[in-house]
Amino acid sequence: MKLVSAIIKPYKLDDVRESLSEIGVQGVTSTEVKGFGRQKGHTELYRGAEYVVDFLPKVKVEVAIQESMLDQVLETIANAARTGKIGDGKIFVQSLEQVIRIRTGETGADAI
Amino acid sequence: MRNILQRLFLPKSMLGMALLGLMPMSAMAGDTLSSGDTAWMLTATALVLFMTIPGLSLFYAGMVRSKNVLSVMMQCFAITCLMSVIWAVYGYSLAFGGDGAMTGGFAKAFLAGIGVDTLSGSIPETVFMTFQMTFAIITPALIVGAFAERMKFSAMLLFMGIWVSIVYAPICHWVWGGGWLGQFGILDFAGGTVVHINAGIAGLVTALVLGRRKGYPETMMAPHNVTLTVAGAGMLWVGWFGFNAGSELAADGTAGMAMAVTQVATAAAALGWMFAEWMRHGKPSALGIASGAVAGLVAITPASGSVGPMGALAIGAVAGVGCFLGATSLKRALGYDDSLDAFGVHGIGGIIGALLTGVFSATTLGGSGLADGHDTIMSQVIAQGIGVLVTVVYCAVATFIILKVVDAVVGLRVTEEEEGQGLDLSSHDERGYILQ
Repeated sequence: MKLVSAIIKPYKLDDVRESLSEIGVQGVTSTEVKGFGRQKGHTELYRGAEYVVDFLPKVKVEVAIQESMLDQVLETIANAARTGKIGDGKIFVQSLEQVIRIRTGETGADAI
Repeated sequence: MRNILQRLFLPKSMLGMALLGLMPMSAMAGDTLSSGDTAWMLTATALVLFMTIPGLSLFYAGMVRSKNVLSVMMQCFAITCLMSVIWAVYGYSLAFGGDGAMTGGFAKAFLAGIGVDTLSGSIPETVFMTFQMTFAIITPALIVGAFAERMKFSAMLLFMGIWVSIVYAPICHWVWGGGWLGQFGILDFAGGTVVHINAGIAGLVTALVLGRRKGYPETMMAPHNVTLTVAGAGMLWVGWFGFNAGSELAADGTAGMAMAVTQVATAAAALGWMFAEWMRHGKPSALGIASGAVAGLVAITPASGSVGPMGALAIGAVAGVGCFLGATSLKRALGYDDSLDAFGVHGIGGIIGALLTGVFSATTLGGSGLADGHDTIMSQVIAQGIGVLVTVVYCAVATFIILKVVDAVVGLRVTEEEEGQGLDLSSHDERGYILQ
């Protein structure tokens, strides 16, 4: 099993969620995060005081999947989240040791 | 029909006779109650209180960091309460209780002699007193903008209590209450000196004595909620009609003109700041236009009783650009941390307004005329300058002394850790936002 985390632009969240739904991924978690990569920050102006803001608002989307779906999920997320402009984000893949469904107690593949 | 009329009027006339007998001695011979004037002044009083809570409260709250949002609102609210009590007990008397050169004395302490039917001109003295109370409330509340995010609450209360007694009430008396500045023919209709220069200078001195916030100016200390600030600015604008037009103490043509010039000056100033910022930084901001409006309101305050609409346009435009520079370039150049620009907007705006009042009150420039004893604009401007200078010097010195005394008694500033945590938690055990 794999845990796929994608840092994406906030307004792409709906596209990513819908695309994942279409390929059969049922559960998704999203968190609001701040981050930067090679995308530079922007300036904000308050009463003549200019601030350079490095951290930009992003959304982290996480899905737990079967290893067999990995390539398909990676491609789906990347296609849905891509704008072609700098700051599109990154996807991280981690091995997932165990998954448990709280309500029923199911584990492993049955819990995904 | 006749029976009904008798039943209506007979008891009233008897009541009238009884009341005449009860009328306190302080009513001047010839004062008659005008219900029109009274109705307006009751309303104006409410409008000016609205300027502080919640107008100024929100204006400032939005500009601080979220961890300090409640502290600012708490300070404004507490000042409202404290000043109300002080004013009723002795503040009103010090300012308006008599004709002494320096103070009004204590003849009206505890509002002695002011009854239900006591008149001050054409309105009840209770209304005049409460109206003036709202001015004594907002002036110290304005200073909050200078020391926001780092002053100890107990120190703030002590400082404000002493400040209103030793700085506000005397200056109020000197300009409006029959004191020694009256002889100079200074035009200050609604408080350019008494309120704004006073608060602005006190703010500057306080900012300098307290020192900068930790991390200023490198750390980003952006306003956490400009929506509150813009909403507050709108409330200040609306409430200011009570402040300026109410200072006529009557519902008449001068009040009408005061309202008109207030609107024009404020709009001109808001546009002035907005365009200045647009040119300097490439984009106009909501915080900028709101700040510009307040700058205009401040500047037109002393002028509102004697200038015309076109003079107001000029005053507003100059104040908008002038305060923009004061709150940005000047502040950055000199390095002081006037957190919310109490000096930049109220001090500088007040000075601009006070001086230009001397210019645009002239009938040749659309005004209703210079003060008695002044035949030329230059002469009037010099008088205005005297008013400004006296206010600046007295306020600066007295404020400095009061701060040092308060520092010795309770300490002015919170600890570094408390400041870092945020005053809401460290001073009040509360959070402004518990968002789920």
